[in-house]
Amino acid sequence: MALIAVSGEAASSRPEHPSIAALRRQFGEVVLRSEIVAGDEPVVFVDATRIRSVLQWLKEEPEHNYNYLSDVTAVDYGGGRPLQVVYQLFSIPHRQHLRVKAELPLDGLTIDSVVPLWQSANWLEREVWDLFGIRFRGHPDLRRILMPENYAEGHPLRKDFPLRGRFSRAEQTRRALAQAPEDHYVPGEVRPGREPQVVPWQELG
Amino acid sequence: MAKRTIEMQVSRTPELGTDFRPVPGLLAPTDLPEPVLDSENMLINIGPQHPATHGVLRLLLELDGETVVRCVPHIGYLHSSFEKLGEYRDWNQVIPLTDRMDYLAPLIYNCAYAMAVEKMMGIEVTERCKVTRVICMELDRVFSHLLWLGTWAIDVGAFTPFLYAFQEREKVYSLHEAYTGARITTSATRIGGMMADLPQGWTDEVRSFCSSVIRTLDEIEFLLSTNGIHLGRTQGVGVISAEDAINYGFSGPNLRASGVPYDVRKDRPYYDYETYDFDVPIGEHGDCYDRYMVRIEEIRQSVQILHQALDRLPAGPMNVDDPRVILPSKTDLMNDMESMIHHFKLVMEGVKAPPGESYMAVEGSKGELGMYVVSDGGSKPVRWRVRPPSFVNLSVIPKLVEGGLLADVIMVNASLDIVLGEIDR
Repeated sequence: MALIAVSGEAASSRPEHPSIAALRRQFGEVVLRSEIVAGDEPVVFVDATRIRSVLQWLKEEPEHNYNYLSDVTAVDYGGGRPLQVVYQLFSIPHRQHLRVKAELPLDGLTIDSVVPLWQSANWLEREVWDLFGIRFRGHPDLRRILMPENYAEGHPLRKDFPLRGRFSRAEQTRRALAQAPEDHYVPGEVRPGREPQVVPWQELG
Repeated sequence: MAKRTIEMQVSRTPELGTDFRPVPGLLAPTDLPEPVLDSENMLINIGPQHPATHGVLRLLLELDGETVVRCVPHIGYLHSSFEKLGEYRDWNQVIPLTDRMDYLAPLIYNCAYAMAVEKMMGIEVTERCKVTRVICMELDRVFSHLLWLGTWAIDVGAFTPFLYAFQEREKVYSLHEAYTGARITTSATRIGGMMADLPQGWTDEVRSFCSSVIRTLDEIEFLLSTNGIHLGRTQGVGVISAEDAINYGFSGPNLRASGVPYDVRKDRPYYDYETYDFDVPIGEHGDCYDRYMVRIEEIRQSVQILHQALDRLPAGPMNVDDPRVILPSKTDLMNDMESMIHHFKLVMEGVKAPPGESYMAVEGSKGELGMYVVSDGGSKPVRWRVRPPSFVNLSVIPKLVEGGLLADVIMVNASLDIVLGEIDR
């Protein structure tokens, strides 16, 4: 994390972003630190356990009104450092953007889902789960999205994931040949006339 | 001989007669009572190989009669893990990956990526480069919208507009080829500039394309905009309110069709877009027809921007004068020791970005295209993330089609203007 602090200007060298200052007043200790990167991009680090209440406040407070969630993603710096979950917010009425980050230690990769606030987080959080292995508590349908459902090699965008996958080429070929096409074409998760099967997040491995 | 035998057989089949018209006796009796049938919802699988899914998209639909009860999209068939690959390449080597995502508007992706890295490194590109990139991006917006327009017309059942639109697209392919040497995988930008200066006469070609595309657009609009079949299949279909559109993360023409005037070029301006004179078309009803109208008008506005950009294209250098990112000229390289060293280090180690990060949003042809780059000071990205507009736009499709008819699924999917290369990445 020291790497980012090098490029980010110290928050005291210029007046703080109004939304970050308001966040500090409202939430106090939950706001861990803030910085300005790339000249004009405000970033605020918040406590991961309070992420949903912070984002809800930012969304619903009329003075800030960050009503548009552009992106949810994650960053892995490798070397056992914590993973960052990154939320790119934009306020269409106020034309303000803000990046909210929450850090998760590698042995506790679980964070509250923000799908109840923004539906756009649905697929974005599924993608973060798929590629980074971060679980979103309260997500309505947390399944893999880009990789196949029976993908057994882990979460590809993690730094400890080798570029060619965890299995040998021979094993990958063997698995590909052993797949039954029906697994992908018989819709096991949706039977006619039934509610969509919700995959409980605890059971995902 | 054989032919005559068949003719004789046909004429001898008594119930057909000789003129092949059905004989009254063969018709089904109409006075039977209506049978009692079990009603059961049906599952239907559209794709992954289906012309109307515009790529390898699979939509699993549960139907009650012709009404869609549930829609479950499945994606990932084209997943190539570009973001992971990018972490193993240096900053300039990522550029060829960007145009392979959205092969319908490759230059926008090239430019957006270069802009994000330059912003992170604090590099201000030259005035000529800025205007050139604006021309490239607007050209590819037209390019992408033309493909959408052609395939949209095919999905609605009209073939002629497809041919007209693709004839115009062919001219943009030629423009790509004249500038970059490639028709689709352009890889035109470099960190700190472009791959080359514009070739002679290229701007005149762009100008003639601008006038011809407007003529073609008029013709296509004449065929579609007031066509009864087109209106019937698109008006009131796939409606989403402004509030929902924001909540579901719609961006670009899809969001504006619902009446939200959010355009990155106006709201978070880059490359002096605030000084260009253009309007942001917005719709009123948020249905398929409004999405069509918004895109049609966007082509016209893009052409207007193109004319202004061509007028103001300044002379001067294309690349920044910064030995950290741009190779020295061949003359300097041969005469000057320092240039030799810069050249060697740039080629062997690649551009080195200082630690930092940047999220650069541009208005892509499909919506808000965000490039998020993170550097730890090395010559390779720690993280290169693309905020994919089509991916988020497509995630709305269950909401748009559920409760509608099966035939409307095709129109809704066409109206979203997706490109699977960028959704699956």
